[in-house]
Amino acid sequence: MQSNSKPPVLALDGITKSFPGVRALKGVSFDVAPGEVHALLGENGAGKSTLIKIMSGVHTADTGTIKLDGREIAMTGPHEARRAGIATIYQELLLFPELTVAENVFMGHAPRTKWGALDWPAMRAKAQVLLDSLDIHDLDVAQVVGTLSVGNRQRVEILRALSQDARILIMDEPTAALTEHDVQRLFAIVRRLRERGVSIVYISHRLEEIFILADRVTVLRDGEHVATKAVKDTDNADLVQMMVGRRIESLFPKIDVPIGAPVLEVRDLVRMPQTRGMSLTVRAGEIVGLAGLVGSGRSELAQTIFGVTPAQSGEILIGGQKVSVRSVADARRLGIAYVPEDRGIQGLVRPMTVRENASLAVLSDVSRHGFIQRETEEKLANAAVRQFGIRTAGIEQIVNKLSGGNQQKIVLGKWLATKPKVLILDEPTRGIDVGAKAEIHRMMGELAGQGLAILMISSELPEVLGMSDRVLTVREGRIVAEFSRAEATQERVAEAMMGGTSHESSAA
Amino acid sequence: MSATIAQAPARKWRFSLSQEWLLLIGIATLFIVVGLINPRFVASRNLQSILLANAYVAVAAIGMSVVIVSGNIDISVGSLIGVLASISGALAVAGVPVFFAWAIPVVISILVMMLQGALVAYLRIPSIVVTLGMLSILKGGLISVTNGVWISGMPDSFHLAQWHLLDLFIAAEPGKQAAVPESLSALKPMFDLLTMPVLFMLFLTLGAAWWMRNTAKGRSVYAVGGNAEAARLCGIPRERTLMMVFAVHGLFTGLAAVLFATQPSVIQSTVPPNLELTIITASVVGGVSILGGTGTVIGSTLAAILIAAIGSALIFVNISPYWLRAAQGILILVTVLADIYRRRQRGLAR
Repeated sequence: MQSNSKPPVLALDGITKSFPGVRALKGVSFDVAPGEVHALLGENGAGKSTLIKIMSGVHTADTGTIKLDGREIAMTGPHEARRAGIATIYQELLLFPELTVAENVFMGHAPRTKWGALDWPAMRAKAQVLLDSLDIHDLDVAQVVGTLSVGNRQRVEILRALSQDARILIMDEPTAALTEHDVQRLFAIVRRLRERGVSIVYISHRLEEIFILADRVTVLRDGEHVATKAVKDTDNADLVQMMVGRRIESLFPKIDVPIGAPVLEVRDLVRMPQTRGMSLTVRAGEIVGLAGLVGSGRSELAQTIFGVTPAQSGEILIGGQKVSVRSVADARRLGIAYVPEDRGIQGLVRPMTVRENASLAVLSDVSRHGFIQRETEEKLANAAVRQFGIRTAGIEQIVNKLSGGNQQKIVLGKWLATKPKVLILDEPTRGIDVGAKAEIHRMMGELAGQGLAILMISSELPEVLGMSDRVLTVREGRIVAEFSRAEATQERVAEAMMGGTSHESSAA
Repeated sequence: MSATIAQAPARKWRFSLSQEWLLLIGIATLFIVVGLINPRFVASRNLQSILLANAYVAVAAIGMSVVIVSGNIDISVGSLIGVLASISGALAVAGVPVFFAWAIPVVISILVMMLQGALVAYLRIPSIVVTLGMLSILKGGLISVTNGVWISGMPDSFHLAQWHLLDLFIAAEPGKQAAVPESLSALKPMFDLLTMPVLFMLFLTLGAAWWMRNTAKGRSVYAVGGNAEAARLCGIPRERTLMMVFAVHGLFTGLAAVLFATQPSVIQSTVPPNLELTIITASVVGGVSILGGTGTVIGSTLAAILIAAIGSALIFVNISPYWLRAAQGILILVTVLADIYRRRQRGLAR
């Protein structure tokens, strides 16, 4: 494996960076050796983003040095970073959706003919060479990028970086939006790049990936460097403790509560094309995990139960009574709540305050004759802030300024204000940091303890396995497997998700 | 003592004036500065004419602000006001009772706007496209219907915009100003300002502001404009909300058209050029984000007054009124810059 004896290809030393009102980095040092995967860990706000933006030339450090191959360089802009062979793949992929794979890969440095025109055949051929070099055989260089899956778009970004002879690749939460299958393929690509001697700075909230992939790990907290360790010298608990500065007893504080009568029953629910006859039961106090690949029909099932896309056939029973859910308003009235997958797009109204967001799902309840009762509304918002420990300057704070974890708590609070019997959570902890994640998991346990029936959709298997009383696996619009808490293991659930065809070695 | 002061957290001065206060300061500054150059600018006659001639713009800007908060825009409003004014005048000349000559255009306005709203809400055609189409239809329609002939000979009682507050209480011939009782003569300048259009402007602004802020329906406009998808998942349907928004906008546009029509004794077959842009400018300068989701109608009314006052001020300091457009442009840019600054502070940048 890698040894730390090789001189680093990129070394940052004593980096500080301040923004108005915030000291984002306080004397941070970081280096990456050739052919090394160096993971960068930290909660949101720890300074990871600032550090990678300094490496990629987006921000300029206030003090500190940056050395490339042992020589100090002045990193004055993204252009310098590119010349130094540093490429960054951000969470939001920066591609041109209307252009083809080849055009995207060579945007800005396309091969030219001697007349100065674009050399299309050469561009396509070079793009193909890059594809082959990474063993990607299901991507056509002439395909329009907008039609590709997230996983494939990410591969295009990687190709773009390689086409510029990147020696250092910075990946900012590359697996956040990927399916399990795409994650495995990404890992394969990362390993291949490492063999070629490309250095990789890898940022992820998923600790298990770090143990699979990384050689060394650096932890930041509050803009300070906490530690850099070889991955083999650390473990999960150690990393979490370094990140949050305290011990979190358990990441999945599942508490066992008595499970009662069925609250939500779904029978042969059909909504083409994504929901093709699904049946399930969730009981009071029970957390049922819904595992499946993105596109398997998990979220679509949730939205059909919630009346966003009403069912074409099949039955929904609440508390044993057959009900008709034709709209979101119906679902709300019946005591169904749905915390959507993407809080930015579906959950929050960003320009609104905490108070306005907290009452949005119960506007009619806080109004009398259509007039909002300000006092009732304020009470509701204050109660949510207290109950969920939302860290905010006050209920008149605009929600957009809050951290992802706090935003998610507001969305959760908004829906719990409807006093639901059934709570559907779609990716409840995606993209939020470890501390907030543990808090949300703890809350889920408490809510189940109060007799709520919880249906949780998650792409993170550890979360599904850690939080669920039962796990259902969805594939191609059908529920294909059911596991009790005792039966559910990573391998069995993953195999059911993939349809038993996937036997590629997962390094886990 | 000094110890306690030292312990107090150093409070950084923060620019946190709302757009409404900024506009009030702007208006006050304008009157003071131009008043010093030319005192006739602040004479009550001039104030009266500024308000009287532009109140309908402010009324229309209320509706526009509601539309923009909902995440849409309407560029047909200027030509619609022109058509409605002609209809109103023609009805009055044809001998239709004055009340109906006022009410029918308002009803038509609501219907036309709801038609546009339906295209936007249910067929999901962008509002700028729908209203651009309507703009062309109305412009063409107006000229061919009226043949460019001006409408005159309306009965005196038709001229609602020439009424004063006192006319409502003291029987006087409409259109003629009532005599102010001796006991109230000290207040006469104030009564002079309170013409019917100004009263409309005040009450409609306050009413709409209250509605937007304190009702569930008003809140739903902000929710749909801020994030239609999130609103939908909360049981606030985008379609019905937009229908309501356009109906409300139609009401205010209709009222603005009546104020516009009943002010002069002759109704021209044209409206001031770029009227829709002036109305949109009032909304934007009033602090309504063009992206939807934020802003108040109090801001848009203040901005309408500021724009009108600038137009008048240019004349009083001997600058060609053609510069009014440029002044409006500068106002928009300054507003947008201030907005970006505030959004950054609230973490809404982008």
